Amino acid sequence: MSSRHDWTVLTTLLLTVLLVYVVAPQQAASQTFNVGQPVTPAAVKDWGVNISPSGDGLPAGGATAIEGRRIYQQRCARCHGINGTEGPDSVLVGGQGSLASEVASKTVGSYWPLATTLWDYINRAMPFDQPGVLAADEVYGSVAYVLYLNGIIDESERMDAMTVPKLQMPNRNGFVPDPRPDVD
Amino acid sequence: MVLQTRRGFLKLGAILGPTFAALQPSVLFGQLQDAARTLGHGVSAYGARSRFETVVRLLRDSRHSEASSSQTPLQDLHGTITPSALHFERHHAGVPNIDPSTHRLLIHGLVERPLEFSLDDLKRLPTVSRIYSLECSGNSRTLWGEAGATTAQSTHGMTSCSEWVGIPLSLLLQEVGVRPEATWLVAEGADASRLNRSLPLTKALDNTLVAFGQNGEALRPAQGYPLRLFVPGWEGNISVKWLRRIELVDQPYMTREETSKYTDLLPDGNARQFTFVMEAKSVITHPSGGQQLSSLGSHQIEGIAWSGRGRVDRVEVSTNGGEDWHRAELQTPILPLAHTRFRFNWTWDGRETVLQSRCIDETGYTQPTRDALIAARGLQSGYHNNAIQSWKVAADGTVENVYV
Ligand code: HEC
Repeated sequence: MSSRHDWTVLTTLLLTVLLVYVVAPQQAASQTFNVGQPVTPAAVKDWGVNISPSGDGLPAGGATAIEGRRIYQQRCARCHGINGTEGPDSVLVGGQGSLASEVASKTVGSYWPLATTLWDYINRAMPFDQPGVLAADEVYGSVAYVLYLNGIIDESERMDAMTVPKLQMPNRNGFVPDPRPDVD
Repeated sequence: MVLQTRRGFLKLGAILGPTFAALQPSVLFGQLQDAARTLGHGVSAYGARSRFETVVRLLRDSRHSEASSSQTPLQDLHGTITPSALHFERHHAGVPNIDPSTHRLLIHGLVERPLEFSLDDLKRLPTVSRIYSLECSGNSRTLWGEAGATTAQSTHGMTSCSEWVGIPLSLLLQEVGVRPEATWLVAEGADASRLNRSLPLTKALDNTLVAFGQNGEALRPAQGYPLRLFVPGWEGNISVKWLRRIELVDQPYMTREETSKYTDLLPDGNARQFTFVMEAKSVITHPSGGQQLSSLGSHQIEGIAWSGRGRVDRVEVSTNGGEDWHRAELQTPILPLAHTRFRFNWTWDGRETVLQSRCIDETGYTQPTRDALIAARGLQSGYHNNAIQSWKVAADGTVENVYV
């Protein structure tokens, strides 16, 4: 009986040692305070997307500039102009070749390195006074139309999750890392 | 009749004659004023400043006040802490009205366990409080252009300093368990532009906070209520306000705020990207643009200095347009990544001159001249103008912004 008891004590001891020194530190590395609610991948989707340069996050759907023209004229032109050049808000079109001049014009066409950024930004922030009203196809349509106005794509090129990340923007190689301190 | 202003005495002096006027001030100030013969108002639930204090932020003229900025009246502040109501603002889609009971922070992406935190959850964790300044990378942007008759508020007012209270982001990242592939994160706000920016994981783990407190109370709505990211020493735009979501990712996402905006265009047509650090800078706030020296003789030159790379090591002041430099006295404690106040006793001889200050930080970096900055970056880089500021004192005592 007593040897059996000893064995139990020993096992318990061993188990405790195992738990405290082997399992516990692992747990510490995982969660220390146990606050916060776990979220399922499905629920994460409701929070909206960030679009990566390789297109992660881009939804299904798509549109051409022909389809996007109506959206742009209804939803964007009153602030950015029918041609994207006349404002009154940010100029979206033109300026290619001007960046190295004394009157650089930074627009989607002349300055933006990636089209994924355009999809991400319009989707989250435009129209300025009604963010979030555009359906995914309408975002694709506005992206296509702004790129078409800039002469980057044809009227009939379809913008979708495959084509947007692959687009070669004119200023894609125009960004350099921070070398500062550069003056002292 | 009680006279409180200097000009009032002068008027009285003119009526009563010079000899009598000389005696007037002490006699009148010595008498009890009306306020001491009338009961004051009782206690109040939330304090307001004296009605004689009227200093305010300067609002930038803009087509949309929701995508605009306001500037801190640096020349009228005391010490180093900016009152929350005077902290500069820069919004891209207005100040949202958020009910903290329904606000959540989601951390997801390349993590072991995506988690959602309420404000109550966060407040159960060990908090830290830190005094840090925050500077918009567009601060002093107008100083790339023509010198105008401007004030320290309009030239430098997009820097402010507060005590921030929150949770180290590293602690929250430990809770969710960052996967080894993660190298950056994308932070997103709950404003109408859901402003998003990429932050390197190294900085997130270093000294970045998720803050809910500012100067002893909850964040002001304009500063991100109820929750903001605070990235010390780095350009203000990356300290995402109204923080709702952090996604762990394996590369910078090249958001609009780090491509179209907040990049520095060079004369060769290339633009610098991820220019995060706000380098050492200082400005004399007295005497500064728009002010007037009332008399010859002793004056206190005062100002603030800071560096996004650490502590201010010293501040030097020139009272002759940069020919000679003198070491200013620094107000202690000198905290890293925060405003430091400096003072220098100056005797004005009544002649026109130019006042300047330059900050040298603990890394040995010296605040550059405007010419040196332009030589390195041209005139169209827009952001990160930390040039030495020059104030011209004219013979009549008026002060204005000049380039020397
Ligand atoms: C009510 C006016 C308004 C409407 C309508 C509007 N915008 Fe904008 N847009 C703005 C403002 C203002 C900004 C600048 C916001 C800021 O300061 O951050 C802007 C910025 C942009 C930018 C970024 C410009 C840059 O160079 O960084 C793009 C792209 C854009 N809008 C596209 C669109 C599209 C596409 C639509 C239609 C779906 C649209 N906008 C509708 C006002 C508007």
